[in-house]
Amino acid sequence: MNAKKNKGEKPPKSGRKPGKVKTATKIARTMLGRVIMGRHANGMRRVAITGMGTVNALGRDVPTTLEAMREGRCGIGSLEFRDVERLAIRIGGQVRDWEAETYFNRQQIVLYDKFTQFTLLAAREAVTQSGLVFEGELGLRSGVVLGTAAGGMNTWDENYRTVYEEGKNRVHPFVVPRLMNNAACSHLSLEYGLLGPSFTVATACASSNHAMGMAFNMVRSGAATVMLTGGSEAMLCFGGVKAWEGLRVMSKDACRPFSATRNGMVQGEGAGVFVFEDWEHATARGADILAEVVGFAMSADAQDIVMPSAIGAERTITGAMLDAHMRPDEVGYINAHGTGTAANDKTECAAVAHAFGHHADRLMISSTKSMHGHLIGGTGAVELLACIMALRDGVIAPTIGYEEFDPECALDVVPNEARDARVDAVLSNAFAFGGLNAVIALRKV
Amino acid sequence: MTEIRDRIIQIIAEQAMLDPSELKPEVSPQEIGIDSLGLVESIFAIEEAFDISVPFNANEPEKSDFDISSLGAIIGAVEKLVAEKA
Repeated sequence: MNAKKNKGEKPPKSGRKPGKVKTATKIARTMLGRVIMGRHANGMRRVAITGMGTVNALGRDVPTTLEAMREGRCGIGSLEFRDVERLAIRIGGQVRDWEAETYFNRQQIVLYDKFTQFTLLAAREAVTQSGLVFEGELGLRSGVVLGTAAGGMNTWDENYRTVYEEGKNRVHPFVVPRLMNNAACSHLSLEYGLLGPSFTVATACASSNHAMGMAFNMVRSGAATVMLTGGSEAMLCFGGVKAWEGLRVMSKDACRPFSATRNGMVQGEGAGVFVFEDWEHATARGADILAEVVGFAMSADAQDIVMPSAIGAERTITGAMLDAHMRPDEVGYINAHGTGTAANDKTECAAVAHAFGHHADRLMISSTKSMHGHLIGGTGAVELLACIMALRDGVIAPTIGYEEFDPECALDVVPNEARDARVDAVLSNAFAFGGLNAVIALRKV
Repeated sequence: MTEIRDRIIQIIAEQAMLDPSELKPEVSPQEIGIDSLGLVESIFAIEEAFDISVPFNANEPEKSDFDISSLGAIIGAVEKLVAEKA
C-alpha cells in the first residue's frame, strides 16, 4: 500500500494502531451498548445538538419561547388575516405583527414565502449559537433536512386569489420557487454554503420529527458531519384554515390536550431549526452541547388515513428506545403529540401505557401544543425545545388549558403549571395523519 | 412616450437598486447586475405596468421576439407593444 492510498483510506486524525482500536471496542462491549468518546461500540458516531433556534407564537427566539413555556403562557389567540370573518375557526397560534422587512431585504422577500422566512430566522439563531462556520471541507460535509407539510401555502393562497378571485391572467414569476416544499431547505443551503445531502420531507404532523430522525441517522452513520434540521409551517391563511375546518377536528375556543373537556386541535405556525453535529467534531472544537440525540424510530400504521392507531404509536415509542439502548424506566419525560383531539390523546395515552407498563405512572408527559398550537410539519421541531429544556434546565413544560380528568388519559400530564424535575432521558412523539409515526429520543449531556 | 420610458427606467432601476438618473439607454441588464431572475421579475413588472404581454422566453432570451440587449432596446420594444395594443 503506498502512502498516498493509505492517506485516502484513513480518517485524518487516526494515528491509532490496530491493537488500540481492538481494546477500545472491547471496553465498549463491556459497557453494553454504552459509548466510548465520540463513537458507539458498533462504530456509529454520537450526535450532539449544538444549536437551536425558533420562531413561533410564543416568541421569536429560544429564550423567549422557553420562558413562555416555563410560565405556561398561551400563544393562541384571534387569527388576523384577510377574510378571517368567513371562517368558522378563528383562533390559532399566530406569529403576530410579523414584518418580513425587519429581517430580510426586498430581493429576499420576493423569493421567501413565510415558511422560508420563519426557517431562515430560526436557523440564524441556531447557527449563531453553534458557532459553526461552514467553510471548506465542513461545507462539503454538511447539509439540511427539513420538514414541512404544506410548504409555501401562503403563496398558493395569494396567487389563487389573483387568478380565480381577481380574474387576473398573470402571476409573479417567482410563484414556483416560493411555494415549493424544498424552498426553505434550499435557502438554508444557499445561506450557509451547505453542499452536502439536503432535502425536505413531508409527513404531515410528523414531518419535522422525520426530518430530525433523518439528520440524526446521517450524522450517526458518518454521511454528514453537521446537519441543519427541524421544520417549518405557515398555513395560517384563509385557504389553509378553511381546508382544516372541513375536517371538523378544530377547536373554536382552545387547545386542551388530555383534558376531558378537550374539543379539538388549534393550528400554529413557525419554525424550529437545530444543529446536529458529529460528537467528536463538536467536542474537538469545545462546543457547548445542549443534548445528545440517541435514538429514532418511524413506522406506518397501515390502518386508516386519519384515525391514529395505539399499536403503531407503541411500536414506534418502543422502537426509539431500542434504537437508543434506553430502558423504559430511564425515560423521565415525553413531549406528547397531544393534539387535543378526542382520538389522538386517548390513543397516545394507551400507547404510552402499553410501552412503559408500570413506569407509565412515573413519567411525565405534556403537550406544549396547548401553548404554541399545532405547527403541523414544524411542530416536532418546536416541541424538541421543551425536551431540551427538560434535560438542560430541569423544567418540564406544562399542558395548559387542562380542566378535567379523563380516565382515558390517566397519565401525569403536568397540568397547567411547569414543574422542576431532573430528567436524564426524554422522548418526543409525532403521529401524523396518514398513520405515519416518528419518535425521537434525547439524553442529558 | 416619455411616460413609458420613465416608467421602464423606474422599474429597471428599482430592480438594480440604482437611482434612475444613473441609467443610460445603452446599458445592458447584465451590466447593472440584473441576473436572469431579476430580468424575469422586471418583465413581469413591465407587463403589469402597461397591461401588455411581453414575448420573452427565459429559456432562450436571445431567441425571443423581445430585444433585451440594452435598456434602450427594452424601451423601444415596449413602446412598440403598447402602440400595437392601442
